Amino acid sequence: MIAIIDYGVGNIFSLCSSFDTIGAKAVLTADANVVRKADKIILPGVGAFADAAKKLADCGMWDVILSETAAGKPLLGICLGMQMLFEKSHEYGVHNGLGLIPGEVVPIAPVVPADYKIPHIGWNGLHFPKDKPKSPLFKDVDEGECVYFVHSYYGSGCDAAVIATTEYHAELTAAVSKGNVYGTQFHPEKSGDVGLRILKNFAQM
Amino acid sequence: MITKRIIPCLDVKNGRVVKGVNFQGVADVSSPVELAKYYSDNGADELVFYDITASFEGRALFCDILKEVASTIYIPLTVGGGINTVADFDRVLKCGADKVSVNSGAIANPDLIEEAAKIYGNQCVVLSCDIKRVDGQFRLFAKGGRVDTGIDAIEWIRQGEARGAGEVVVNSIDTDGVKKGFDIEMLQAVSDVVTIPVIASGGAGCIGDFVDLFKTIPTMDAGLAASIFHFGEVKISDLKDKLADEGIPVRKIKGKN
Repeated sequence: MIAIIDYGVGNIFSLCSSFDTIGAKAVLTADANVVRKADKIILPGVGAFADAAKKLADCGMWDVILSETAAGKPLLGICLGMQMLFEKSHEYGVHNGLGLIPGEVVPIAPVVPADYKIPHIGWNGLHFPKDKPKSPLFKDVDEGECVYFVHSYYGSGCDAAVIATTEYHAELTAAVSKGNVYGTQFHPEKSGDVGLRILKNFAQM
Repeated sequence: MITKRIIPCLDVKNGRVVKGVNFQGVADVSSPVELAKYYSDNGADELVFYDITASFEGRALFCDILKEVASTIYIPLTVGGGINTVADFDRVLKCGADKVSVNSGAIANPDLIEEAAKIYGNQCVVLSCDIKRVDGQFRLFAKGGRVDTGIDAIEWIRQGEARGAGEVVVNSIDTDGVKKGFDIEMLQAVSDVVTIPVIASGGAGCIGDFVDLFKTIPTMDAGLAASIFHFGEVKISDLKDKLADEGIPVRKIKGKN
């Protein structure tokens, strides 16, 4: 069973129904006991970093995520949920993240030309680092296949953890992993068939 | 490289997809769920659903349909029609919408844009504008294009971005349903004043119209159309093949095109 952390952040309708579609059992929960019993954890998230971090701490899930991932349970952070895995975010001030992925979350704007739209919204291609074996998260996903992004900040200084990038003038971090912790900047639950393959790969870990 | 989005738009009334020509006269086209799945399977990058029912019963039915669509396909869904309050945002987001399109509701209460952006994020708020040339000005129309607000549309959109809109849909009443191409002049005027993504709507009649749109205004993010897709005049896979041939970046679906 997969526990999708319910901390009042973002739209989780499609995330929940996508697990039904791929035949994996997932529950939306903020109950520490349910999360402890789960095989895997999903940390979703849409919105602003500081607000989400506070909500995650207030509902007690912050500590549960840290203890469960330390015990080896697979975790997938999605969009803002991925950004929360980092040590710090520079969105409206400097805020601490879960610190599961080394690096910081910084604005896209300074690394793209002025005529590039911010947020980076839309379908963009995945590129896998040539110097690493492909992550099991991307089994059956081809170089260049498009996934859906909506973000104004990205993970930086996390080269060792990067398992996919996407080109938006600069190569932006599209996905990260460190041990049993995974994160995607894009929304697999909004990325059509490619996204379902990625969620299935995670469900089968 | 970010790809140009192709977005079919589905007007839903009493549980069925309909499309007006120049906003008058509707023809029943198909089932929203079936049509949504067909488009998703064939390469649509996003879908827009406009709820054009006014009754309470119609609205409840629309929400049921939306839930069914959102449990069937996994691409971004934008929902509009009858969005006047933050409670309306909440209602459709809970049914699986990713973005909410505001039009007359924002004209009646411009603070709605800011309120919704603060709660749900800028990316969630799509400012949809029906625009027509009046006395040499791009004029903003309300109520499905029936009422001249007297407001300068370009200024309205500029303010909309400042208030927190994350995207803008520009629907030209002058070219809508005419099928002679997008309103390049109007779209360029909007693109010149905003930095948020702009979605072109109104006037597409053939594949070449999309090529012209993205070639003439390279910063344009997306093209939206309804009847040409619903009636099969333009197949999205053919459209994307042609755009790719012309060097315009598009998303291709593995094994499909």
